[in-house]
Parts: sequence; C-alpha cells; structure tokens
Amino acid sequence: MAVCIAVIAKENYPLYIRSTPMENELKFHYMVHTSLDVVDEKISAMGKALVDQRELYLGLLYPTEDYKVYGYVTNSKVKFVMVVDSSNTALRDNEIRSMFRKLHNSYTDVMCNPFYNPGDRIQSRVFDNMVTSMMIQVC
Amino acid sequence: MEGLTLSDAEQKYYSDLFSYCDIESTKKVVVNGRVLELFRAAQLPNDVVLQIMELCGATRLGYFGRSQFYIALKLVAVAQSGFPLRVESINTVKDLPLPRFVASKNEQESRHAASYSSDSENQGSYSGVIPPPPGRGQVKKGSISHDTVQPRASADQQEPASPIVSPQQSPPTSPHTWRKHNRHSSGGNSERPLAGPGPFWSPFGEAQSGSSAGDAVWSGHSPPPPQENWVSFADTPPTSSLLTMHPASVQDQTTVRTVASATTANEIRRQSSSYDDPWKITDEQRQYYINQFKTIQPDLNGFIPGSAAKEFFTKSKLPILELSHIWELSDFDKDGALTLDEFCAAFHLVVARKNGYDLPEKLPESLMPKLIDLEDAADVGDQPGEVGYSGSPAEAPPSKSPSMPSLNQTWPELNQSSEQWETFSERSSSSQTLTQFDSNIAPADPDTAIVHPVPIRMTPSKIHMQEMELKRTSSDHTNPTSPLLVKPSDLSEENKINSAVKFASGNTVDGYSSSDSFTSDPEQIGSNVTRQRSHSGTSPDNTAPPPPPPRPQPSHSRSSSLDMNRTFTVTTGQQQAGVVAQPPAVPPRPQPSQASGPVVHRPVDADGLMTHTSTSPQQIPEQPNFADFSQFEVLAASNVNEEQDNEAEKHAEVLPVEKASDPASSLRVAKADSKTEEKAAASVPANVSKGTAPLAPPPKPVRRRLKSEDELRPDVDEHTQKTGVLAAVLASQPSIPRSVGKDKKAIQASIRRNKETNTVLARLNSELQQQLKDVLEERISLEVQLEQLRPFSHL
Repeated sequence: MAVCIAVIAKENYPLYIRSTPMENELKFHYMVHTSLDVVDEKISAMGKALVDQRELYLGLLYPTEDYKVYGYVTNSKVKFVMVVDSSNTALRDNEIRSMFRKLHNSYTDVMCNPFYNPGDRIQSRVFDNMVTSMMIQVC
Repeated sequence: MEGLTLSDAEQKYYSDLFSYCDIESTKKVVVNGRVLELFRAAQLPNDVVLQIMELCGATRLGYFGRSQFYIALKLVAVAQSGFPLRVESINTVKDLPLPRFVASKNEQESRHAASYSSDSENQGSYSGVIPPPPGRGQVKKGSISHDTVQPRASADQQEPASPIVSPQQSPPTSPHTWRKHNRHSSGGNSERPLAGPGPFWSPFGEAQSGSSAGDAVWSGHSPPPPQENWVSFADTPPTSSLLTMHPASVQDQTTVRTVASATTANEIRRQSSSYDDPWKITDEQRQYYINQFKTIQPDLNGFIPGSAAKEFFTKSKLPILELSHIWELSDFDKDGALTLDEFCAAFHLVVARKNGYDLPEKLPESLMPKLIDLEDAADVGDQPGEVGYSGSPAEAPPSKSPSMPSLNQTWPELNQSSEQWETFSERSSSSQTLTQFDSNIAPADPDTAIVHPVPIRMTPSKIHMQEMELKRTSSDHTNPTSPLLVKPSDLSEENKINSAVKFASGNTVDGYSSSDSFTSDPEQIGSNVTRQRSHSGTSPDNTAPPPPPPRPQPSHSRSSSLDMNRTFTVTTGQQQAGVVAQPPAVPPRPQPSQASGPVVHRPVDADGLMTHTSTSPQQIPEQPNFADFSQFEVLAASNVNEEQDNEAEKHAEVLPVEKASDPASSLRVAKADSKTEEKAAASVPANVSKGTAPLAPPPKPVRRRLKSEDELRPDVDEHTQKTGVLAAVLASQPSIPRSVGKDKKAIQASIRRNKETNTVLARLNSELQQQLKDVLEERISLEVQLEQLRPFSHL
C-alpha cells in the first residue's frame, strides 16, 4: 500500500502523481522530486553497455525516517516512483515489484490508447482505478 | 393582471394542463379549442366560462397565454368551489382546490383532477387501478399503458408534461420507470427533431424514423432530457430497437407489478435478457458498423490501427477524454488496434454517449468482442459473464441516470454476479498476460551467463594425438611423448589431469579450437576447463560473472599453437590437477586477494615459467603450490629432456617442453621415485639450458645432482631457466656456423633453433597474453565486488 505514486516522464516532468489526500501532498511531491536525482544516479551507474540488461526495478532509492522511496525505470526512461510508509513492515520487496509491474502494465495500456498523446497527463480512469487500488486505503 | 400566486400543486397542475392544451407545443399559447374543451370539462356553465375568459384577459388578447391560462384555471377552481368570480378572488381565495375538469374524453384530466384533488401528495392518492405513481407522469404513463397506442397528440402532450414532472420525483419502483419510459418513448418518438451531430450520423435518420414509426412505446433508460437527445440523435435504429424491446414487456402491467417486487428477480432477468440490455447491438446497427468498418479496413478479419480509429471517432465530436475512455473499454485485448467486434463495441459506445448515456465503467458483456480469438480464460469469463451480466448492462446506464435507481435495487443479485464476472474477466484480461510476459523478461541473472562453450574437438585418436605431438616437437621423429599421452591411464588423477590439462591449457591458451581430445574423456576436459573457468569466476565472488573465455587468438597459428597447447596444457593441467588453489605464477599485479589469487593464478597456469619469472617474489608465499608446480615443471623438463635426448633442439623445447613434459613428468613420477627426481628434472632444464650447446645431456645424472636442491630453487631455477633459455637460445644461434663441412647440419640446426626461438617467443607472447587476460578477469571480478559493495554505500 503506497502512500504516493508518481509517474515521471523522460524529461523529468510528472505525468501522473497521486498521494493519499490526508497527508501534506506537497511533501510527497518534494520527495518524489528529490528521488529523481537518485534514480538518475542509479541509471548512470549501471553502465552504458548494460542498457538492455539493466534491471527495471531500481529498488529502494532512499529511506527517510518515515517513508521509503522505491523506484522503477522503463526502457524509455519513464520513471515510476512509489513512496511507502516505513511503518508498513509487511511490504516485501517482491510485493513492491509486483506493484511496479502492475503500474507498468497499466501504463502501457494507457500508451496503447490512440487518444493519448505521449507527454500528456494521464487521465485514464482505468489507470486511476488501478492506482487507487494500490494506494493506502484511507478510511 | 395581478400577480398570480400558485401553490406547488397548482403550479404543477396548471403547467400540465397548459402542456396538454399546448398542442402545437408552442409553450406559450394554448389552442383556444383545447382551452374551451378544458373549460367545458370543468363542468362550468358557459357563461361562467365566458366570464373566466374575460377575466383572465384572453378575450382581450385573443389567445391564451400562459398567464392567462393559469388565471383561467384558477378562476375555474374558484368557480368550481363556488366562489364568485372575481379578479381578486384569484389570490384571495385560500385553499382553493384544484380546478376539476371532468372530461369523459380525456381520462387524464379526470385522473389529474382526482389525483390532485385528493391529495397534494401524489403518492398516496392513487388506488389500485393505477399503480401509485410518483407523480403525474406516472398517471399519464398509466394511461398510456392502457392505451397502447395513444394518439400522438396526446402522447406529445404528455411528453412535454412529463419532463417537467418527472425530474422532481424519483420513481420508487421499476415499473414506474418503465412506464415513464413508455411514455417518454412514445412521446419522444414523433416530436423530437433530428439533432444529429452532422453528416456523420445522418445516414441513420431515415432508419430511425422508420423504426420508430411502429413503436408507440419505447423504453428509455435515461431521464427524459437525455432521451430526447437519444431520440433526436436517432442516428441509430439501435436506440429505437433497443427501446422497442423494453416496452413489450412493460406493457403488461401485472408483469411489471410483479417485477416490482424483489422476489421476481428472475423474471426481471428474463425480461432484461429477453429484450436484451440496452447495450446490445441490433442487426441493423451491426450492419452499419460493419459497413463503417469496411470503409476503414476492407478486411473484416483485420484490424483497424489506432490512428485510423482515432480519426474516425474524433469525427463524432465527443471530447477526447471520453473517446479515450471508450477506447479503453472497447480495446479488449489492449493491442492498440480494433477488431471488428471491438470496433462495433466502440461505435456503439460512442452512439450511446451521444445519446446521453453515460459511459459505463466496465464494458458491458454484450459489447464484449467475440471470444473466438481471445484466450480461453477470457472465453470462459465472458460467456458466463454474458449470462450474469444481463442485469448489469441495464444497470450501467440506469446507474448513471437518476431515474433508475430502482433497477439497481431490484437486481442486487445480478449486480453481485456481474461483479464476479467482471472480476473474472478482469483477471482474464490481457494485463495478466502482460504480467506474465513482464516477468519473463526479468533481467537475466549475470550468474547464469552462458559460459562460452568449449569447442573441444571430439576426435580422440591416438594417431591424431601423435600427430599433434609431432607437430609440437616440430620434428619428424615419432613422438616418444605419445606414450606419455597414452600413459595417463597409469595415474589415476594425474591421468585425467594430464589429459585434461593438455586440453585445458590448450583451451586456455588458444581458446578452444586447437585442443584435441585424448582418449580420455573430452567432456572431462571440458569440464575441467569450465571448472577452471568457473572457479575463477566464482571464487572471488559468487555473483561475479565468469571470466570471459580466452579468445582463440593463437588459434590461427595452429602448428605453433599446438606446441603452446602442449606446453600450456601440461602446465595448466598439472596445476589444476593437484592443487586447485595452486597459483604457480602470480600475475604481476598488486597483491591480489587470496580468493582471486587462484582465479588469477589458475588461468595463468599456462604462463608457467614466464609468470614465474615475473612474479617470483610473489610466488614465495605460495610456496607449497609452487613446489608442486615446480615438480611438474621439473618433471616436464626432465621428461622432455628425456624425450629429447636424441634431439638437438632442446633449447627451443625447453620452455614448452617443460610444460609439456609436466604431464609427462608427472607420468614419470610414477616411474620415478620421488620428488627428487622432479627436482632433478626441474633442475635439468636449468642445467640443460645452461648447458646450451649440448642439447642432449643425460638428464638422469642431472636430476640426481639436483636431488638435494631446495624446492624453491627450482622456482628460481625456472625463473632463471626461462631467461637462461632465452639467452641460451639466443646464444646458441651465433654458434651455428661452425664449419663448412657441417654447414648443412649447422644450417639445419640453426633453422631448428630459429624455429625454436620462434616458438619460444610465440609462447612467451601467448603467455603474456594469457597473463593480460587474467589480469582483466581479475579486474572484472574486483569491479563486480566493488559494485556489490557500492549499493550499501548509499544507505
């Protein structure tokens, strides 16, 4: 259960960002923004020749005392950033991976829509529903 | 006229009546005839009527405007209640009952009167004949239902009245809604002008009118205003046909009433399925869609690409967001293209949206593409979904329309089942396949990198081996070493090792092309090689990629490389044989870790003496290994020496022979007694090299001389051996031209020496290259280690 999920385009502008409404959203936006640096660092560290072999899942980008930030990069340099609550210890790595996989699948579905112009904000209802299912259920 | 204040009931009633009288739907003026009729229905004496008319000002104006009409109605009420007709009485008379219009012709008016006179609350006022309608509309609907084919006029009148009424009241039960739909449909049929969005939809205008002609009763699932759009939109006979189905069952009031009760869910379902859901595509529609499909894609089994579909649907002038949603719903297999079924579904959704239907969140099952092409899971999911969905599609549009909550109430079971089916179909959606696919493309484990296969020649033949030996020795003599090769059987481990070594080293040096298999198991050799490789790969780090197999660079010069192979195989084999962790030749690099040591060293085995020379100081800590190696070397040297007792080109052979003779020497170990011989053998080459000119000193005495030598010394000796050998080789050359008489021999000897030098140098070259490879390998392993350690540095 993520607290914030963001999809960042190749040029590092957000395509989609959603956080649980209770929290201060600006804080999450800032975290996502700073995590982009870490993502870029990880990408460059992978090496030039290993683009194909590079794993899409980047893993834990950096932890703060309250939250952990996970990253995932597609081959087209579209980044998915997920912020989860640190207190949620039940979240295992493979669960995060599966969440990213779902995100990636939904993102490709959005891309397949001819009415979607790449670079636009994502406004697909299906995508929204999927993200909502992954967010923390705020009662 | 003074302002007229009307109560709510009065307001409604009057507006209804106005609508009723407003045949021409001008909404401003009522037809006089109608009004008069109405007044007559009020059962008022004519003079009273005249008076009313005069009072309301219609006589002055000559027509009944709305205000006049309302005033007139009020006056009628006044008159009917017995009050004198006064202008002032319009507002003064309080609690005036609604004017009663008793008209035998017009049932509705009487009903109206009855309904409105009895109770302001419409709900309670009705008795059994007419199911308690939520509003006047219901009454009208009831009336309509009685008369299945109402005159259009009346229907029209009712129709305009209903929009005013219905939104204020919510239908409590489905039959009412159906009734309303009846009414709406009938009302909407004739009147609504075609307001199609343009030429795109025009072809259907005629179709719609044609279809609607026959059906007085429609069932619309949307509130009247949208229904107007629907009807006017017309473009599709679908809508009309859709609605056609509904009324058929609605006409039966009793059925409706029973349906209203929750217990008859089955009946509802049956009914819903009988007239299908509003999302079902009729044949006419489908045909139209197919024709449209053909204009884009002539092949009915083909796909419409996303771009073409985008252009096509953009013509419908729906907002892009909605088109995007429609696409998401209709592109079932998420391939970015539309099949015929998907296209029909999308088209149908566009039509529905145009008509005011809200887009469903999930694709209605009747719109789902045919399952022939889909996965079996999808098939299974859809077909039962089709059954279970029967309620849900009806739910989908009604859910969006405020007038249809009753459907939801009455079909809870269907909703649940549809949800189940929905989830099932979701599961069967392509996203799962995508997921599976995605997992398949998980990054390859670097550890599982395929080790370069060892192309070991699988031609185990002694003859071949002998040939190789011949080549190795570059002499035409029958290679006495061949027995060496054969002799591995004598020694248990060393056998394999030797044979393996020969191949292994050959492999390591040459790549793999020139390695010949002995009679012994070539697989073993391969395994040894791979083991060698794998060791080097895994020992430093489990996740380190195995070092790349040595490039078969020297493979071109086969003949010479064979020599190298022999020599290298010998050395490497020996090293591999006894001591896996035996680094006889430490590559010249900063002190490598112990783990990487064997990595480095083993591949460097082939370097043999060369590495010894370069890394002798580092060899000291690995003394015991060196000891063995030196033994092997010594043995090899000794063996070689023994072999070459009769040969003149010992110098050239010293180095290669030393290594080549390692297996031989190890073989001889069995024959020889102890390490002393090995040492002796080790020293023999040294002595031999030092001896230079006499190429065939008896090795045995030399060996014995070295019995007492320290084990280390062979290292040093070997260290110096190489240099000495080189020196010897080089030194021996000038001595070639001795005498004319011996020119021939000398020339031949010199030729041989040159060849030997060549081979020696080539061997050195290969050794250095091997060393370089090893260094690179170690570097890679270190980098891998660093890489592994690096992530932790982030935290």
